[in-house]
Amino acid sequence: MKKIFNYIFKENPVFVLILGLCSVLAVTNTFEKSYMMGIVVLIILVLSNFIISLIRKLVNDEVRIPVYIIIISTLVTIIELLLNKYSKPLYDTLGIYLPLVVVNCIILGRALAYASKNKIWDSIKDGLKSGIGFLFAISIIGLIRELFGKGTITLMNDISNLTGYRSIIQVFNNDVLPNQLFLTSGGAFILLGFIIAIINYMKRRNV
Amino acid sequence: MFTIFFTSLIIENIVLNKFLGICSFLGTSNKEKNAIGMGISVTFVVLISTILTYLINKYVLIPTNSTYLETITFILIIAAFVQITEIVIKRYFKELYHSLGIYLPLITTNCAVLGIVLLNTRMNYTLVESIMNALGASLGYAIVLYIFAGNREKIENNNILESLKGIPIALIMAGIMALIFSRFTI
Repeated sequence: MKKIFNYIFKENPVFVLILGLCSVLAVTNTFEKSYMMGIVVLIILVLSNFIISLIRKLVNDEVRIPVYIIIISTLVTIIELLLNKYSKPLYDTLGIYLPLVVVNCIILGRALAYASKNKIWDSIKDGLKSGIGFLFAISIIGLIRELFGKGTITLMNDISNLTGYRSIIQVFNNDVLPNQLFLTSGGAFILLGFIIAIINYMKRRNV
Repeated sequence: MFTIFFTSLIIENIVLNKFLGICSFLGTSNKEKNAIGMGISVTFVVLISTILTYLINKYVLIPTNSTYLETITFILIIAAFVQITEIVIKRYFKELYHSLGIYLPLITTNCAVLGIVLLNTRMNYTLVESIMNALGASLGYAIVLYIFAGNREKIENNNILESLKGIPIALIMAGIMALIFSRFTI
């Protein structure tokens, strides 16, 4: 339990290592988009760590980065095509941020730092760890931004034709909240800044 | 045409509105000098790769009906171009290499470059419009990076809460800048 807590908070790729911020800030205006982006990154991270660890002895050092980028972008293209076929609304709302998963620093970072040096099973576990940390972080930010910005929580809307179920929860709607600030880009930056500050504070008190 | 330029320069600023290139934005913006180096390198790479990807998209991908390969093709073009630039600069412009060299490898994985190129194809811009958009967006990146670096140098010396130091205060400052920039209209 303590271990899981550590993965999620103390070694969180977003809050602690400050990686992959583009998608964390850009797609988090609804909860649904956020967790779907988290899941996409998780899947790609695990698969790319697996493949890169599989071929780690075949690739020599000079061509490492191009080879890894090709592997990652192939995986991203596969996911893109699948989403385009089975969940067109989600594909449209994610827009250019879906192909931009290719340059998400977490994926290339884990590939270079871990999967290129370690055994297959360990690399898959490492991918799961970072991916779940990312999924957690992006979902939290998406939840806060949508809840305070729109007063709703969208569990399933764009993917409803896939699951056959639509659910948007209206939480509050009064004079104070929802506040548009949380939906603007400035609000996203400020919110993330405060979350990282709170985590820094908690870390300093524990140690 | 100039509307596209100014829109991508200020109103829909690539960093503050589209959230692209934030990694390098936070990483290299602690000194004004680094900010200028990064800004120039990004502008150069974005401009050339926009032209290259436009031509390849129009004359190779669309006629062969393989636009689904755009992500792979574009990232390869960018990576190859960055690599070539690095080799050329290293060979012929020694001084420039020492001041810009360290930023060049970072540009491949800078989401701003791939982001601008993808936006151009998604919006179906013509060549001139693409170049205008690329120029506006990358100059916007450079300007914001420079302003941000200047402010950050000042704020580092101030007496602020220990937990807010470094990244958190930088993000909050970026947020305030984003709010200001979002108020510009044409």
